[in-house]
Formats: sequence, C-alpha cells, structure tokens
Amino acid sequence: MSNTAKRVVIVGGGHAGGSAAALLRQYGWQGQVTLIGTEPTVPYQRPPLSKAWLKGEQELRDLLLRPATFYPDNRIELRLGSEVAAIDRMAGCVVLLSGERVAYDHLILATGCHARALSVPGNQLAGVVALRTLADADRLRPLLRAGARIAIVGAGYIGLEVAASARALGAEVVVIEREGRALPRVASAPLSEFFQARHTAGGVRIVTDASVEAFDGGRQRVTAAHLSDGEVIACDAVLVGIGGAPNEALASAAGLVCDNGIRVDLAARTSDPAIYAIGDCTHRPVPLYQRTCRLESVPNALEQAKQAAADLCGRPPPASEVPWFWSDQYEVRLQIAGLPFDVAETVIRGDPGSGSFAIFHLAADGAVQAVEAVNAPAEFMAGRMMIARRRQVVASRLADVSCSIRELAG
Amino acid sequence: MPKVTYIEHNGTPHTADVPVGTSVMRGAVDNNVPGIDADCGGECACATCHVYVDAAWLPKIGLPQEGSQEAAMLSFAAVAQADSRLSCQITMREDLDGLVVRMPEGQH
Repeated sequence: MSNTAKRVVIVGGGHAGGSAAALLRQYGWQGQVTLIGTEPTVPYQRPPLSKAWLKGEQELRDLLLRPATFYPDNRIELRLGSEVAAIDRMAGCVVLLSGERVAYDHLILATGCHARALSVPGNQLAGVVALRTLADADRLRPLLRAGARIAIVGAGYIGLEVAASARALGAEVVVIEREGRALPRVASAPLSEFFQARHTAGGVRIVTDASVEAFDGGRQRVTAAHLSDGEVIACDAVLVGIGGAPNEALASAAGLVCDNGIRVDLAARTSDPAIYAIGDCTHRPVPLYQRTCRLESVPNALEQAKQAAADLCGRPPPASEVPWFWSDQYEVRLQIAGLPFDVAETVIRGDPGSGSFAIFHLAADGAVQAVEAVNAPAEFMAGRMMIARRRQVVASRLADVSCSIRELAG
Repeated sequence: MPKVTYIEHNGTPHTADVPVGTSVMRGAVDNNVPGIDADCGGECACATCHVYVDAAWLPKIGLPQEGSQEAAMLSFAAVAQADSRLSCQITMREDLDGLVVRMPEGQH
C-alpha cells in the first residue's frame, strides 16, 4: 500500500492521540503525521496525575508517554498549544483558532473528555479546581499541604484517588457525594462499601446523599462549601470530580454522527470515511456485550489507536480486548475487567475484611461478565480470561476459596 | 549505554539503547518496538508488557518472586512460559548489556 504522500492529522495530544502517532510509524505509515494538541506538553500519561505525580513521587520524564525527542526522530510534527476551531470536511482541512488551515487526507479525532463543571454559585473562586490535565494537577498539588482542609465533590475514582493522595500528604479530607454511596456509577455496592470503609479508616470523612449548593469565599478564595442538607464545610481548597463529558463539539459541528460521544465502528471510523475518532471522546461498539458505550480508560484509548492505525496502514484489525480499568488508593490495588451488563448474580470470593478479595458478576447463564479485584491480581487475570472466553461458572464454586481459581478458569 | 534486543514473535529483532535504571518495558516503548503494549505504563497492573527472557540471561534476571504481584499476573497471562517476565519489572543495569527478550504472540 502506498501511503507516502498521504497526510494524517491527529487532533488531540493525549494518550490516544500520542499512541496513534507512534503506532502509525510502528505500522509503517510513510506519509506526514501531524499531532495538534491544546496542551503545551508532549503526550503524557494522565493516570498518575491523581496519584504518584500529585504526591511528588514522579519526574516529568516518567510521566511522558514517550520522550520529547521521539517525535522529531519519528517524523511526527507536533503542533502543541494549538486549538482546532473547526473541521472543514469539504476542503479536507482543520482550521486552527489562529485561522491557519492544516490540510489532511485522513483525520484522527482524539479530543478526549473535559471535566464536568459544577454549576453552583462560587464555582469560579480561587481554590476550586478540577483534575484533568497536568496544569490542573500542578494547581492542585500546592493546595494539598499538611493540615490543609480539602473538600472533594464527587466520590468517583478521581475524587477517591485524590483523597488518598491528600491524606498521604497530611491534608484533612471531606468527600461529598450526591448519591447514597461512594463510586455509585462505577463500582458494585460491595466494592463501594469496601472503599468507604478504607477511606474512613484512613481519616477521610465521606458525606453521602448531599450535594453542594454554593461555595463561600472571603477575599476571592474559597472558604466553605454549603451542602443541600444544611451543613457548611469549612475548607481551604475544593476538588470537583463529578465525571467527564466527551469533547464532541468539533465533530458534531462538522456533521459527524455523535450521540454521547463520536460514533465509531470497530476500526474507529466515524460517519465520514476520511475521519477516525479514538479514546474518551468516542461512543463505540463493544462486541463482547453486543452493545455500544463510552469507555473512559487508557486501555480503550490504546485499543482504538491500534484500530485506527491498523486500518490506515492496511493491517488486519487488532484482536478485540476485554475492557479493563485500574485504580490505586493507599495500599489498595483495584483492577476491574469487563462491564457489568446483564448481571443476574454477584459473587464475592474471599473476605473483604482481609483486604484481598474479588467480586464476580455473572449473567443468568453463569457467564462471567465482569470482575472487580481488590489486591487480587490472579482473580483479575483469571476473570479477564473467563470474560473473553465467555466461561460459565457455578456461583457457589466461585465463592468457595478452596476451589482454585485456576480450576475455575478452566 | 547498555543495549537490549527485543525479538518480535515473527523473529524480527530490534536493538535499542536502554539507560541504566530504566525498565525494559520503557526501553521498548521509547523506541517504538512493536509487541509491547504497556497499557498501564509500568504499574504491574495489566500484563501487556510480557516477554520471554533469553535462556542465557535468565539466571541474571531471575524469575518473579513467589507471591508477588508480577507472579500472580503472569500465572494467568496468555501464553505464559517458565521464562516469562513482565518487562516493566526488569530494571536495566550495566551487567544486563546485551540482554535478549522475545515477545509472545499477543499481549491480550
């Protein structure tokens, strides 16, 4: 396949965009590759921003996806600190905010997500921050001093990871969650219960069934959060972690089909054959569950980067992967494989009190749909394998720790 | 700088300079060596940087510690063998100059 003269433009310099650029070269793409990113930094890993980076345990070179020299060495043109204002599909170019037009033969949208804003009075006060980018993390880091009082809005993964990091740095932490439990949309009830207990033991106060109605700020700096139940929480800083929303405005304005994310197929193609979309900004098929959904995760970003690069380079599509996620809080390593669709039965293997256990979610026919493994790497790996093979198991045997996981995995 | 040779499953070799103190996984990623996915970036959370250590180097590298996270992950990795390691857990040293690792058929 001759692709010497074809130009690929990638919009978005995150994990997905950066990986797509590298994979195009790895798969033999000869034509021009241009990566346009709004952030000033070469592509880096976001997961450490709430953990090692925030705690000051990591150097920038370890955060970067690849060293800065990688891009010129591999003829990848970086246009950092540049924002794309529009896609002109008729002309085959993207228009930068500066007015400059960058022509493409193939476009890859890797625009990611943005942190949802909390629309309450006082949300613009100094000391109220979100966490999505390196710049966000560097704003948050000095706020997490020993003795500082931090209010975290939203008990999702980012909120809880920051809570654990803040405690490690000696800050006082209150987490405010609108729903009745921590991790309400992203973990099963027993897992929520475990993390709530772990954070409580770690000195974090978790307030559930309460939302923030306003922030107070003397001298322009946040000083308190007013909750819907009437409580006023005095604080020196606030992290808002109430989820992300896909950056689909560019795609949507260009007339690409969007519906809670840019719609793509299993080769990451959008409704325009010249345009691909990958990563957090997409709404994609997940054949394992015969569904489509949005997956905000690094493994998903990498999988779709492979799909797009393979399709462009005329390679066979990569093998389908089981979606998976991970989170580190305190000494707890959580690994989740699969998605809990059509769950008929939930089985806990091991004792949550021991700090090492796994929660398996089974469909009505006994097939393993998902596993949430807490300090249980073998169960995670075995679960991931069982999900991929649609392995059916007997719930009572799975719950019986005297049955080896190897035997159960088959 | 010490060198590592990564051999793809199809036999294609790639030799890269890997600085002392850097992981063998990182050496592959930084040099765009195919066959190492490294989903988690070196946290020992994904087992997608799985390699087979060349027999001549195995005594120097050693096997994962029994009961370790790495050993548990590898126990269910696709196509694991007795010489399997997660390359994010192998830190480059001067005396590993010339190390040879082979890639499995797939990482998922």
